[in-house]
Amino acid sequence: MKRFWIGVLILIVLCAVGFGAYAWKPAIDPIEPPQRASFDQALIEKGAILASVGNCTACHTKPGEKSFAGGLAVPTPFGTIYSTNITPDPKTGIGRWSEAAFGRAMREGVERDGDHLYPAFPFDHFTLVSDEDNKALYAYLMTRHPVENRRPANELPFPLNVRFVLAGWKLLFFHKGAYREDASQSAEWNRGAYLVEGLGHCGACHTPRNALGAELKRAHLAGGEAEGWSAFALNGLSSAPIPLTHDSLFAYLRQGWQAEHGVANGPMAEVTGNLGRLPDADISAIATYLVSQMGAPAPERVARSEEIRKNLAIDQGGTPIPASAATGSPTSRGVVIYQAACATCHDGSRPQPFGGIDFHLSATIAAPGPQNAINVVLFGLPAASGRQSPIMPGFAETLTENQVVDLLAYLREAYAGKPAWADAKAKLADTRSGKYQVSVRPSDGIERGPDNVGAKD
Amino acid sequence: MVKLNVNGASHDVDIDPATPLLYVLRNDLKLNGAKFGCGLGQCGACTVMVDGKAVFSCLTPVMLVEGRQVKTVEGLGTIDEPGPMQQAFIEQQAAQCGYCIGGMMMRAQALLEAKPEAGDADIRQALEPNLCRCGTHMRILRAVARARDLMKSKSAGMAPAAATRRAS
Repeated sequence: MKRFWIGVLILIVLCAVGFGAYAWKPAIDPIEPPQRASFDQALIEKGAILASVGNCTACHTKPGEKSFAGGLAVPTPFGTIYSTNITPDPKTGIGRWSEAAFGRAMREGVERDGDHLYPAFPFDHFTLVSDEDNKALYAYLMTRHPVENRRPANELPFPLNVRFVLAGWKLLFFHKGAYREDASQSAEWNRGAYLVEGLGHCGACHTPRNALGAELKRAHLAGGEAEGWSAFALNGLSSAPIPLTHDSLFAYLRQGWQAEHGVANGPMAEVTGNLGRLPDADISAIATYLVSQMGAPAPERVARSEEIRKNLAIDQGGTPIPASAATGSPTSRGVVIYQAACATCHDGSRPQPFGGIDFHLSATIAAPGPQNAINVVLFGLPAASGRQSPIMPGFAETLTENQVVDLLAYLREAYAGKPAWADAKAKLADTRSGKYQVSVRPSDGIERGPDNVGAKD
Repeated sequence: MVKLNVNGASHDVDIDPATPLLYVLRNDLKLNGAKFGCGLGQCGACTVMVDGKAVFSCLTPVMLVEGRQVKTVEGLGTIDEPGPMQQAFIEQQAAQCGYCIGGMMMRAQALLEAKPEAGDADIRQALEPNLCRCGTHMRILRAVARARDLMKSKSAGMAPAAATRRAS
């Protein structure tokens, strides 16, 4: 028996040593900040485009402040994480990081000094990025203006504030390794998969997460959450009433809106804004890959979409009145609100993106949950500054809670042919009170985007 | 029949409940201070207050304001006795054509009632939904700041009187 316990003890020690060896990462020596002249201009420009794919600015820039200087509060279910300064400032940024240190951060999620990074930095995706692309990203970031800005300390409870713990998370959920081509697929598909799964990290928002904050592999791209918005499913569960095709998705990503799918809103507006820097070929590759993930739509869905198209073609305005809209029902009140508050734009003759979408086409109204509909009704779509953009006034001050619920019930029934969302009222209350935080962004102005935050610095 | 309370007075209006509040104010109640600009909630000329909050009356069905307090620019004061917001706009000569000014005053009034100490940045941000095609923005901003100061001195002036009453 004694021998057994000694055996167990040895096993425990071996496991601890093994985990320690796995978890411990050496520091990589600091370097003198490299000179701009040491980087090839073409490489820097390539890095600029890649940084747009990665949407780096979205987290690493506080709106209205210096680009890439970090300090943005990123709320997570575990606490608040503040984004790091990735300008080449030697004291507070990555000025003393060698290319090897940068490459390791991308591939393994480890800081130059050997600390593990939180998966709020999507290294589970960035691990797929090629050495060649990391080289270009490094060249781009190291040639930005250095900004001295120390970010606030993260607000995380014990033991999550101990970075060693993150090695355990990685052991469970992280698979290190560059992207490997799927030989059975086309070059364009592979390019799309590389961008979507790697630097683009679409799944970071569009895939649901488990209790420990890791993406659920079995629900890949099945719809997740971002900054208070539902990130819709990009697989077969897509709620778009007209199924997305390569061409419509290409147009949506290229211009930030598409006539049968509406205008990008919330954090997605920033993404499409940033994608503006990509060549058409890359956008097309992304569309090819994502549409392959959606698969062919079911025959019923195709039939319904054809019916919607047919009805829209003959529709000359007019408000659909569902059967349930007998006097006094929630939907009857919803009809009235829709007619006075929504129809002037959403049932008008102005085409998108400046006219409102016909709700028959709205993935938001057909979505499984009410969150995005609530966000848009309350906060609208703020105007982009200094350019023409879609705009919608928010109705937070105009509509009472019950009135919003009535409106949503009507929209669901009349336009999506679905019952009202059961959790609309509770979610609405939490959104209104600020308990559930929502970031509201201009439609295409991308306030943290390259034009506004001086990524050309 | 829709029951309305506008500027403290009750009205019964026989109208389709989906009619925008703006039309009722202008056509039925003859309160022409709120203007029709775009009809889309994008210019702010129709702004009025409902329960203290600034709303676009062109997009608000009249049904929704039953049982709530509507205030229009006519409710801020009279020609003989302008309220502090109106007084400030007159002092600063903030109107050029004046079409947007009723809406500007109502949005500013809602801001200052909620936040009497509003700073210049707050004022700029709050007035962002309201457009002025004449370009008198700088005067409008000055007028709202002036209104804030007038309101503060007015409420400060009333405080000692109340204290005296309590003392006696």
